[in-house]
Amino acid sequence: MARPAGAMRQPRNYDDPSAAQGTLRPLLDVSGVTLQYKTARQLVTATYRVQFQVHAADRFILLGPSGCGKSSLLKAVGGFLKPVEGSISLNGRDVHGPGPDRMMVFQEFDQLLPWKTVVQNVAYPLIATRKAGRKEAHEKALDCIARVNLSKFADAHPHTLSGGMKQRVAIARALAMEPDILLMDEPFAALDALTRRRMQEELLQLWDDLRFTLLFVTHSIEEALIVGSRILVLSPHPGQVKAELNCHHYDHRAAGGAEFQAMHRRIHDMLFADAVETHV
Amino acid sequence: MSDAVLRREPPLRPEFERTVVDAGPIGDVARPLSAWERLTDQTALRRTVLLLAIALLWEGYARWLDNPLVFPTFSDTILALWDGIRNDGLPTMAWVSLSTLLQGYVVAVVLAVVMTSVAVSTRIGNDLLSTLTSMFNPLPAIALLPIAMLWFGLGTVSLTFVLVHAVLWPLALNMHSGFMAVPETLRMAGRNYGLSGLRYVFGILIPAAFPAILTGLKIGWAFAWRTLIAAELVFGVSSGKGGLGWFIFQNRNELYIDKVFAGLVVVILIGLFIENVVFRWIEGHTVRHWGMLR
Repeated sequence: MARPAGAMRQPRNYDDPSAAQGTLRPLLDVSGVTLQYKTARQLVTATYRVQFQVHAADRFILLGPSGCGKSSLLKAVGGFLKPVEGSISLNGRDVHGPGPDRMMVFQEFDQLLPWKTVVQNVAYPLIATRKAGRKEAHEKALDCIARVNLSKFADAHPHTLSGGMKQRVAIARALAMEPDILLMDEPFAALDALTRRRMQEELLQLWDDLRFTLLFVTHSIEEALIVGSRILVLSPHPGQVKAELNCHHYDHRAAGGAEFQAMHRRIHDMLFADAVETHV
Repeated sequence: MSDAVLRREPPLRPEFERTVVDAGPIGDVARPLSAWERLTDQTALRRTVLLLAIALLWEGYARWLDNPLVFPTFSDTILALWDGIRNDGLPTMAWVSLSTLLQGYVVAVVLAVVMTSVAVSTRIGNDLLSTLTSMFNPLPAIALLPIAMLWFGLGTVSLTFVLVHAVLWPLALNMHSGFMAVPETLRMAGRNYGLSGLRYVFGILIPAAFPAILTGLKIGWAFAWRTLIAAELVFGVSSGKGGLGWFIFQNRNELYIDKVFAGLVVVILIGLFIENVVFRWIEGHTVRHWGMLR
């Protein structure tokens, strides 16, 4: 699925700080968030006073090595985790508990309900939240399934689908709800490299069509650069903000280029200045 | 290991590229299965053959023993069964047993759903259910019959009471462990939809735990069936109508051993039918259809 070059490049000037901040109210405001969770033996601090703002139509990436609390941050935005300090607000309202205004796409393939067909899976949240009637939900579901190129499999059960197809269904399910913000927790991490690349392209194409707001967690610098428009780089143990970078001008085509490589190197050095392991 | 082994290198070989041949010369790519292969794949057929073999063994052994008072032949049992159906009202008796059983079963299922729903939503409910199941699950239902007869008299209520006891605990135990085994991602997906309370239990937990619930239902069914027949053997008549257990007991008293066997055969047949037809059908339309069970 090819994307016309430049077509998705947006009018807003990212490099001018005054244009991006101040005049616009952020859609999602995460300020001074500290997250902790209990294991059987200890209390672990996942993130420490993390601050970031996501604006409408952003493709905002939380990037960091494992243990930087990026998934915990996403869960906190999703309402599954309560911050011990700081606040999270969406559209000016504080986040309390999970809700369908923040639809989540998980990494695991078992996020679909196995007892429902593809179209029922996509339609179910619409019906359950009374956002649409049965018929309307069904039509909307079919429309979203067509957007992720799965029309042929609308009546199949999830166990007959491949991993990539299941993730597409999960994306369609989230899109159908038209959430204020779409939360993705390493959605392509469990896929093979070829499928992952295609899914990234398709996601960008969908964004180009619908211009939703995306909060995307990944540990891959390359994926961050390609999928994102802005990257929050987090350091590990506990997660703290290391940098916020613009990357709206990179896509798969740019991936081999010198500028891309330089950016990759810069983030890599930021994250793994003293570490040995790398994930690409 | 010597130095020579540690430093060894794979040999360099020339590269090559080939064009892939058509499927034609390869022959069998997809071949329809033979009639025999398809026949032996039929579970129902295989099991029927097994049943016939068992019946043959029975017939042979009983003929060799030649003592109809202790062990009647298969053919005599079938004749007695036919006679029982025509003259002694065996179908009515089976129906009396079955309908009593169904009453107790339904009550127990409803109770189990309520109790496990409470148990998964509160911690104290969870503790309560765990304690109760570990207390009452090992207690044989039939052991409660004397108490039940004292409390509720010689009627259907006593039977229903022991049946509920027989079904409730194993079912609640299975249902609860099924709920506990629902993957975290599915739970989060359900909560993401904004589901809570009963809508969450019925929309997410029960279907996700259905394989375990079905196992609980099967175990509960078997327990209930055993308990019922045993209870009927003990006090048989409930409000003037006898069930299958009573039929067996009465005929043993009159030394119609072939009829006793006929009664047992009916018990077995109903068990086979429920397990292999009713539960298999439910499985086929739920967990197998959803790919949750092979």
